[in-house]
Amino acid sequence: MDQILFLIFAGIAVLCGINLVVQHQPISSALSLVGVMGALALIYLQLGGEFIAAAQLIVYAGAIMVLFIFVIMLLNAGKERTAPRRLWVHWAGVPLLFVFIALMAYVVQKILPPSGEVEFGTYPLGTAEAIGTKLFTTYLLPFEVTSVLILIAIVGAIVLARKEVE
Amino acid sequence: MPIPLVTGVPFSWYLILSAILFALGVAGFLFRRNIITVFMSIELMLNAVNLSFIAFSHQLKQNDGHIFSFFVMVVAAAEAAVGLAIILTIFKNRQTLEIDEVSTLKN
Repeated sequence: MDQILFLIFAGIAVLCGINLVVQHQPISSALSLVGVMGALALIYLQLGGEFIAAAQLIVYAGAIMVLFIFVIMLLNAGKERTAPRRLWVHWAGVPLLFVFIALMAYVVQKILPPSGEVEFGTYPLGTAEAIGTKLFTTYLLPFEVTSVLILIAIVGAIVLARKEVE
Repeated sequence: MPIPLVTGVPFSWYLILSAILFALGVAGFLFRRNIITVFMSIELMLNAVNLSFIAFSHQLKQNDGHIFSFFVMVVAAAEAAVGLAIILTIFKNRQTLEIDEVSTLKN
């Protein structure tokens, strides 16, 4: 059952990822990316990461993608102009990509020691309580530094996007 | 012949899914001409790496990977805000989203 569910979610993620790359309308790519993120959230849930799955849906699929779609609508981004590519890129690009993926899969299978299987519900450390405890004890300093980073990002975004005032 | 009762998902499948998504992100980053789509490909790559973090932290029975992917999400949010502001500024100054026409820094 776990395997079937994983294959369904992984299939959705890969199909949406391919759709993201081949679509010519930016809005279609954005919706495909939402599909990838939703499928990944379900896979996180299967891996026991309840908190991360919720954060993925809220932060990525909610906030970041809404920002992307706002910008696409604001700039009225239309169909992408297709420029001619070099011949060898046109013919060798996709096969090279497949070779790359196959090589990575082979290395993963080869290097990995014989490891256990992932079963749903066997991982207790993904709850908000466990993550919060670790975040506010071991990783307190990175957490605080992150707040400074976000502040800088906010100020930078405002400075970049404001209207010039005479 | 009875179908063997499958229980769990092999751990390497998660890593291979992560590799596929990362490769798709790289392909989108290299092949696409629209700045917004290139930016979305970067988000796809970040997601693929997050999946690796979560899978490894499940495998090693600890939750440091969750914290790391949480930080990746935070940085991605900040990056999206700043990056989209830069895209807005580029569009305001040049009226284009084609990545080939924004090449002042080239050469």
